[in-house]
Amino acid sequence: MAAPSVKGFPDFQRLKILAKDEFTSLLDQMPGRKDLVIDGELMKPLDRIASVSLLKQRGVDKIFKFDSSLKSMHGCEQRIYLVRPRMTTMKAIADHINSDRNINFKRKYSIIFVPRKLHTCLSVLEYEGVMGCVTVSEFQLDFVPLDKDVLSLELPEFLKSFYLENDQTWIHTVAKSLVRLQALSGEIGHVYCIGRGAKMVNDLMNFLMKRNSSEQDFSRHEIGSLILIDRDVDYVTPLCSQLTYEGLLDETFGIKCGTIEFGPEVTGKQQSAKLLLNSDDAIFEDVRNRHFSNVLGYLSSKAKSLQQDFDKRHGLKSVGDMKDFVANELRRLKEQKSVLANHIGACEQILGKKTKGGFEDYLQTEHSLLEGSGLRDNVNFIEELLFKQDNMLKTLKLICLLSLTQNGISPQTYKSLKTQYLQSHGFEQLVTFSNLKSLGIVTDQETGSQAGTPLNKVASGMAAMTRRSTFQSLCKKLSLIPKSDDIDLKNPTDMSYVFSGAYTPLSCKLVEQVLTRGGFTGMEEITKYLPGGVHSENHVKASKGKSARQDRPVSKVVLVYFLGGCTYSEITALRFLGKLKGYIFVIATTAIINSSTMLESVMEKPPI
Amino acid sequence: MATADWNPLGEIYYKKCEVYSMGWSDIVDISKFEVSAAPYGGPIALLKDESKTARVQVSTKPIITVFTAAGKQISQMRWNSGSIHKMGWSHTEDLLFVQDDGVVLVYDMFLTFKKTFGMGQEAKDVKVIDCKIFSSYQGTGIAVLTSTYRVFIINSVDDPRIRRLAEVPGLSSAPSSWAVINLDRQSRALIAKGSELCLIDQGGQYQVQTPDVSTEVTQFLAMSLSFNNRCLAMFTDKGVIWIGSSDLQKKYCEFNTKSPTPPQQLSWCGAGAVVGLWGNMMLVVGPDKDWINFNFDNPVHLVEEEDGLRIIGKYQHEFLYKVPEVTEKIFKIGSMEPGAMLFEASKEFYKGSQKADEYIRIIKDKLEIAVSQCIEAAGHEIDPAKQKPLLRAAAFGKCFLTDYNPEAYVNMCQMLRVLNQVRNHVIGIPLTYSQLQHLSMPILIDRLVLRKLFYYAVKICQYLKIADAEGASRILAHWACYKVQQKNEDDETIARAINQKLGDTPGISYSDIANHALEEGRPDLATRLLDFEPRAGQQVPLLMKMHKDNIALSKAIESGDTDLVYTVLLHLKESMNQGEFFMAIRNMPIAYALFIQYCRQQNRKLMEDLFYQEDNFQEEGTCKVVNSFNEDRMEDRIEELKLAQACFTKAKNEFAKVQTEEQIKLLKYQQRLEEEMNRPYLNLSLHQTIYRLTLANNHKVAEQLRKEFKVPDRRFWWLKINALGECGDWVELERFSKGKKAPVGMEAFVEVCAKHGNMKEAMKYLVKVSPEQKVKCLVKVGERKKAAETAFENKNEEELSYVLSKCGPSDKQLVDTIRGMKQQMSRR
Repeated sequence: MAAPSVKGFPDFQRLKILAKDEFTSLLDQMPGRKDLVIDGELMKPLDRIASVSLLKQRGVDKIFKFDSSLKSMHGCEQRIYLVRPRMTTMKAIADHINSDRNINFKRKYSIIFVPRKLHTCLSVLEYEGVMGCVTVSEFQLDFVPLDKDVLSLELPEFLKSFYLENDQTWIHTVAKSLVRLQALSGEIGHVYCIGRGAKMVNDLMNFLMKRNSSEQDFSRHEIGSLILIDRDVDYVTPLCSQLTYEGLLDETFGIKCGTIEFGPEVTGKQQSAKLLLNSDDAIFEDVRNRHFSNVLGYLSSKAKSLQQDFDKRHGLKSVGDMKDFVANELRRLKEQKSVLANHIGACEQILGKKTKGGFEDYLQTEHSLLEGSGLRDNVNFIEELLFKQDNMLKTLKLICLLSLTQNGISPQTYKSLKTQYLQSHGFEQLVTFSNLKSLGIVTDQETGSQAGTPLNKVASGMAAMTRRSTFQSLCKKLSLIPKSDDIDLKNPTDMSYVFSGAYTPLSCKLVEQVLTRGGFTGMEEITKYLPGGVHSENHVKASKGKSARQDRPVSKVVLVYFLGGCTYSEITALRFLGKLKGYIFVIATTAIINSSTMLESVMEKPPI
Repeated sequence: MATADWNPLGEIYYKKCEVYSMGWSDIVDISKFEVSAAPYGGPIALLKDESKTARVQVSTKPIITVFTAAGKQISQMRWNSGSIHKMGWSHTEDLLFVQDDGVVLVYDMFLTFKKTFGMGQEAKDVKVIDCKIFSSYQGTGIAVLTSTYRVFIINSVDDPRIRRLAEVPGLSSAPSSWAVINLDRQSRALIAKGSELCLIDQGGQYQVQTPDVSTEVTQFLAMSLSFNNRCLAMFTDKGVIWIGSSDLQKKYCEFNTKSPTPPQQLSWCGAGAVVGLWGNMMLVVGPDKDWINFNFDNPVHLVEEEDGLRIIGKYQHEFLYKVPEVTEKIFKIGSMEPGAMLFEASKEFYKGSQKADEYIRIIKDKLEIAVSQCIEAAGHEIDPAKQKPLLRAAAFGKCFLTDYNPEAYVNMCQMLRVLNQVRNHVIGIPLTYSQLQHLSMPILIDRLVLRKLFYYAVKICQYLKIADAEGASRILAHWACYKVQQKNEDDETIARAINQKLGDTPGISYSDIANHALEEGRPDLATRLLDFEPRAGQQVPLLMKMHKDNIALSKAIESGDTDLVYTVLLHLKESMNQGEFFMAIRNMPIAYALFIQYCRQQNRKLMEDLFYQEDNFQEEGTCKVVNSFNEDRMEDRIEELKLAQACFTKAKNEFAKVQTEEQIKLLKYQQRLEEEMNRPYLNLSLHQTIYRLTLANNHKVAEQLRKEFKVPDRRFWWLKINALGECGDWVELERFSKGKKAPVGMEAFVEVCAKHGNMKEAMKYLVKVSPEQKVKCLVKVGERKKAAETAFENKNEEELSYVLSKCGPSDKQLVDTIRGMKQQMSRR
């Protein structure tokens, strides 16, 4: 167990097993038949951990999705709620209980909080007068291993609650997840923090670990360094249109907790297909990290070779060979064929969507925004999208990029764009803009230079002097925009291939810099532009003559933790970087996001 | 001779040995006191009731003195409550006083008051005439007999729950004697009524029994239960001691003492013999009618132990016990037991005699038994001088055994070292080995802690290598709790002293100590101590309890655990008025943000108040905007928006103000439109509203809205073209195209027609398209070939490439053509 598993990746199946054991023992605390009511957002994560058959085996009768609009629920005499600690949820549960009471229905209730119970929630239960008849417990589910190198907390609300509402509740969860991970994989020697939240997580983690130090065994080391990155350091990358296969799948169909659902238009059959997207799927593993232009060709050649394998059966001589073929080959081939068909179907769908609706113009605008050129044209393009009543998220994305790359939008343009946006998509977007302003994503240059955006706060003086925006300065210093136009997307040599060679993700570039320099020394020119500052810590004690630790393979295993979510493109870029420089990257994140989910989470929902 | 002080009682032997010479011999004459001593070598309490001894009625209150078993004074006080009926010890060595009104007062051995409780209203009203303090399965129990001859009982002084036992039928006078029997997790009382015995229990059941006594009995004057409650001894009015089982089913013997008066004390010595005390004379009676007689020079008091009887006198503290079987085997004259042989062999060996070898040879195959016998016997010896030769013999015997597990030997040596230490008169706990087995080591350590002998306790823990969490640090925590009671030292000194000694020892909870300090009424000390507590989760609740809310809040924030912050915040919110509360949190941004979060979900009104108080009009306005979405009635919505507008004005947010204003206007329009046209318009954006109006062919209103809201021309053109295209109103579209010059260019018309598949219409506008847009438009309508030709005519290579990029696999021919064109162009 202690030894790192496949190709140097720490074995995260252990996390899954631990979570499963914890959950079953929680279920066993209520013996007998019971219903399970699950928070919608916990369904998929739970699916990854415990199968339905396991739940049935533990006495779960029916599984319901939690619906806070229901005033009462039916079901058997025992019920377990598996929920996130939210006050609104508590109120709904209290309503369920009270309605049962009104009709004198005796039922046993248990609430399992994921990942921890909160005082505020209990106070709601108390206030509603139901505290006496529920038992309360905690299920410390933090990391859901989505793949051999991807761990997710599945907490998409982190972004909003921490960066917008300044609520640190989930910081604790992040720190706890790291403590638990290190209890399994050994203490991580080097910690680098980029951003405010990163520092907070690190402090809290140190505090929690010190407290547990007498009980934990930190002697087995499997991870060499940890890099914590705040999302507000780099809002640009997640807003760029993704162009890798996995990224496009997410943007087009939505990957939820590592699974994707293809509708009939992809499968070409009546029913839709659910696919688990991870490295166990050999075909997917081959194409996930490719630039999209390079996927369909590969898939069709793969299809051809598969057909050849199929055709082998005609050449089979003896009955024995035939039997062998049917027993071993056929099944595998059939499975592969159906998977391949799904992927090809998905590709065609993506292609169809991308060729239609001026995607090229859009992409061009996006890239010129990143370069910082053709400002007027870009604003015109955005306005045209508004006038044509194009997709509101797409348009908003460009507005965000415009502001982020230019240190805010000039007051006049800012006002006019906002007015146009409101006229197109409704007054309630006023709140969205107010949110985006608090986050520092869309600001106007006037206020931007005084207060407002964290990105600009540090560099406000800078900007005035050089007239170059923070983002452009970072681009220059880190050479994020490759000089050469022609980049070989088939055999890439640079991380920027994930965005067609137009842009290297800032977050990933920072990771690269930190690792090659072994810290932040010499990066002052860069770090001064990063909001929230940087911080590094070294826990590896220089014990006598053992400074050779650097040479141990463990130092090559790097855990990159994104606070506020990361995109598939960033994961791909890091995988590529790992291959290039010989690192093994493990990516942890509060959630996997894309431009749409990120913006949606901070948008005001239109009235129904 | 080892057997010289053995007194035979039938087949077995009893031995009486001195444990201590009493330190109190100069000051105490125990005949003048009421004596009560705790079992397991516990302390002795003396009660001097002068009102009883004085010839004239004096009103002085009695004096209570507590001594160790070695007669060293621990504490003394003058009683200042009601009249004491009975005094006794609990199993946790607390001193219990039962007053005649049924009130029980609990003191520790330092005579510090701990708590009090009553034995019920009836006991209080009619007075208690007798009382028994007994050991129950839950600890220590108390039973009182009231003057109405009812028995009330509690099973545990720690958790006093009063129960009434069944009534004895026909009991018209006080019972001649009674006892509490505690068997099978139930306490019952045995009441003597004349010649009958009545067993009453908590369930209201009673059982009348007549024990089998050969002589005539009119009354049982005394009864006594053995330590394990299995045997019963009774003294009849005819002077007969009856010994039997406590369920009265078995009679062991009857012994006629011929004494007309009952003994002062009727006790058991272990479970093997009954002892009666008359003045200075003590009679020991065995179950087989054997007896021994002891005489003392001074009055004594008897204390039962599980394996013997302690005899406390003015000068001496003695212990009477049955000679253990294993000791008897070794030392009995002429014993051929392996242990005896080994002991002899060892003696000879140290004398240097070869006889040692002979003895060893005799018991060669039983050597292992011999060694364990010697070890066991050593354990039963009280005098270290007698322990030594036995252990030496065991060690000697061990040498001849090849694979003997030395654990028993080592353990015994360790236990004896501890026992000898605590038996020392400085500590004064005369515990025997078998008592220690029963009591267990942790409890012994607890008892040392109770006596404030922290140093000894820690040393013993270290000597026995008890883990710090259960041993040393637990004791240190107790020490600290004791330390905080020292009122004469100032807070700072104590806090420092405690921290110095405790440091970061694992298992120490500073918050527990602080809690103790708080209970002692020293909140400042508690605060200082809490500073050492690393776990915020422990620290914060206590700080709140101490009303140090601000410190609690900042500590909670420091901990980074929002849950704790909420705990404090909600508590603060309850305990303060709103204004104060807002003031308290305004300087703590984290708490402030968290509280806003809470309000966002729980109490939006409060959140707005907060923003208002902070002059944060922007946020207040935003709140109101969000609120407006949830209002069902249009008037309420507009009202809310107007409030928002006012906020934005105050916030100097001109943009938001104007937008809100426009929204109000739009809503009013939409409402009117809905009423007029009977179609849904509410909640649409401006663009959507005009779009729908255009779709519905309502160009006049659309135009009106356009003017009212100053819709830019480009937007309006795109909107109208798209809308007309969607509803297929090609006539209107054409009319529109012929109006004012389109700010979006003719290509927009082409695009819309193409989008809706009307190529014929598209061609109409195509001719009007500006030349530079022509190629693009041609591609849009699907005329790629024509586009290529136009581009060629324009001699524009870029345009050609554009067309080429739009060619699919089906346009093979066209691709070739374009390539040809390109070549031509480059050739020129």
